[in-house]
Amino acid sequence: MLNPEIIKYLIDLTAVLLLSLGIKGLSKVRTARQANKLAGIAIALAVVGLFIDSYLSSDISIKSLIWIISGATIGGFLGILTAKKVPMTAMPETVALFNGCGGMSSLLVALGVSIYPISSNGVSITNGLVETISIVISIFVGAITFSGSIIAMAKLQGWLSTPNWTQSKFRHLVNISIVITCLVASLSLLTQNNGLFLLVIAAFLLGIGVTLPIGGADMPVVISLLNSYSGVAAAAAGFVVGSQLLIVGGAMVGAAGLILTQVMCKGMNRSLVSVLFGGMISSSSNSKGAVKSEYTNITSCSVEECALTIEAAERVVIVPGYGLAVAQAQHTLREVTRAMESSGINVSYAIHPVAGRMPGHMNVLLAEADIPYEQLKEMDVINPDFPATDVVLVLGANDVVNPQAKNDVDSPLYGMPVLDVYEARTVFVIKRGMSAGYSGIKNDLFDLPNTSMVFGDAKKVLGDLLVELKELGVGRKS
Amino acid sequence: MSFITEALWVLLLGSLLGLELIGKVPPTLHTPLMSGANAISGITVLAALTLLIKAGDQGPLLLIGSCALGFALFNVIGGFLVTDRMLAMFSRKKNKNGGRG
Repeated sequence: MLNPEIIKYLIDLTAVLLLSLGIKGLSKVRTARQANKLAGIAIALAVVGLFIDSYLSSDISIKSLIWIISGATIGGFLGILTAKKVPMTAMPETVALFNGCGGMSSLLVALGVSIYPISSNGVSITNGLVETISIVISIFVGAITFSGSIIAMAKLQGWLSTPNWTQSKFRHLVNISIVITCLVASLSLLTQNNGLFLLVIAAFLLGIGVTLPIGGADMPVVISLLNSYSGVAAAAAGFVVGSQLLIVGGAMVGAAGLILTQVMCKGMNRSLVSVLFGGMISSSSNSKGAVKSEYTNITSCSVEECALTIEAAERVVIVPGYGLAVAQAQHTLREVTRAMESSGINVSYAIHPVAGRMPGHMNVLLAEADIPYEQLKEMDVINPDFPATDVVLVLGANDVVNPQAKNDVDSPLYGMPVLDVYEARTVFVIKRGMSAGYSGIKNDLFDLPNTSMVFGDAKKVLGDLLVELKELGVGRKS
Repeated sequence: MSFITEALWVLLLGSLLGLELIGKVPPTLHTPLMSGANAISGITVLAALTLLIKAGDQGPLLLIGSCALGFALFNVIGGFLVTDRMLAMFSRKKNKNGGRG
C-alpha cells in the first residue's frame, strides 16, 4: 500500500502544477477560460489532499467537521450568490471585495493560532520565533489587504469620496506614525508576546490610510497590488500552519500579482510609487487647473444633426467609456452599429487600455452585448487611423480622449496615452452634462471646433439616434 | 532538513515561478487575470481547514477557524465563478465566429 505521505505529496505536486498552468493560461485569450477551471480544480484537489492527509494521520473530530461544514456552506453560498448576481459593470469592486475576504481569512487564522496555540502533531514548527514572525506578517498583510480592499470597493461603488485632508502632506505623517505603531506592536509581540490587538488595529488603519487618498482612476492598480498582498498573507499563513502547498500558492499569487500590477501601471503610464504616494491626480493641479477650467467654445447639436453626419460617413469609430456601461447602453449601441454596418459604414471601437474602470473591463462589457471581438481595436492600433475617420462617437468616455495629455505640459494628465480622436473630421461627444471626468480635469476636446456635444443619457441618445438613422434609410438594405 | 529550511526554499521557488508565469498580458485580460489570481489567493482555505482540524475542543478557535473558512471560500468560489463569467463572454464570441467562417 502507498504511504500516506507519498499520496499527499503527489496530490500537492499535481495541485501546484495545475495552479501554475492555470496562472500561465489565464494570460492568453485562447486558453483563459480553461485555465481558470484548471486553477479551480487545483484548489479543490488541494483541499481533498488535506482531508486525505489528516484522515490518515490523525482523526478529524465531529466537532471540527460541523464547524467546517457550517463555515464552508455560508461562505460558499454567499460566494455563489455574489458571483451570479453582481452586474458586469461592478466587476472591479467585486474583485476587491473577494480579495479583502481572502486577506481576512489569513488574518483570522494567524490570530487564532496566536491566541490559542495549537498542539501541532505531525507537521510541527520547531522554531517559536519563526512562527511568531509568520503570525506577525500574516496579520499585518492580511489586515492591510482587508481594510484596503474594502476602501477600494467603497470608492469604486461611489460610497466613499476622497476626504480633503487626505490630500495634504499631513497624511504621510499619519501613515508613518501608524507604521511605527505597527513596528512597535510587532516587536513587543516578538519579545514579550503581547501587543497582538494593537498590531491588528494599527494594520487595519494603515490599509485605510494608504488607500483612502488614492483617486478612483488609480484604483485598479491598487486592487491588483492588494491582490498580490493577499498572496503574501496566504504564504505567511502557510508558514503558520505548516503547509508547503499554501506557501507555494501564496508566493505564486504574490509574485504574479506584482508583475500584473507593473503591467497595469505601464498601461496607464503611471509609476507604482506615484500611485501609492502621489494622492489623486487632480490634487497636484488645483492651482493651475483652476485658471483654465472654463469652456469657451462649446458646440452642442441635436441627435438629428448627428444622424445626418453619420449617414454621410464612411468610417465611424466608437469610443466607449464607463458612462456607456453605467447607462447600460451597450445593447442599444450594438443595434445602432448594426444599422450602420448594414449600410456599408465601416465601424470599429477604440478601446483605451483603461476604458471602463479597469484594464480589459470594457472588452468584457462590449462582448456581453455581442459586439464582434475583431472590431475592438486597441489604442496603438487605432490611433494612426483617426485622421482618416469621418465620425467619432465618444460615449461616456472623457479623460481618455483629452488632448491635454499630449499638448499641455502643465496638465496633470500630461504623458498619459490617449486616443487621438481630435484628428478625426467630426467628433460627437454624447454626455449627460458638462461635468468633468473621473480625474476632475477639464477636457480640451470639448472646446475644439470639430467637436459637437450631444447632451443626454447615453442609452436615450442612442435610442433616438437609431430612430433618426432608420428614418434616413440607414440600416435598410438598399 | 527542518520544516523551516524546506519552507523557505519552497517560498523562494514559488515566488520565482510566479514572476516567470506572467510575461506579456494583453490588456483585455487584465481584469480576468486579476480576478483569477485573486481566486487562487483564496488557497488560504487550506490554512483555515488545518486550523479547524487541529483545533480539537477549543470552542473559540473553532469559531475563528470557521469564520476564516467562510471568508476564504467566499473568495475562492466567488472568484472563480466571476472570472468564468467574464471569460465566458470572450469564448462565446469565438464560437460564433467559428461557426460562421
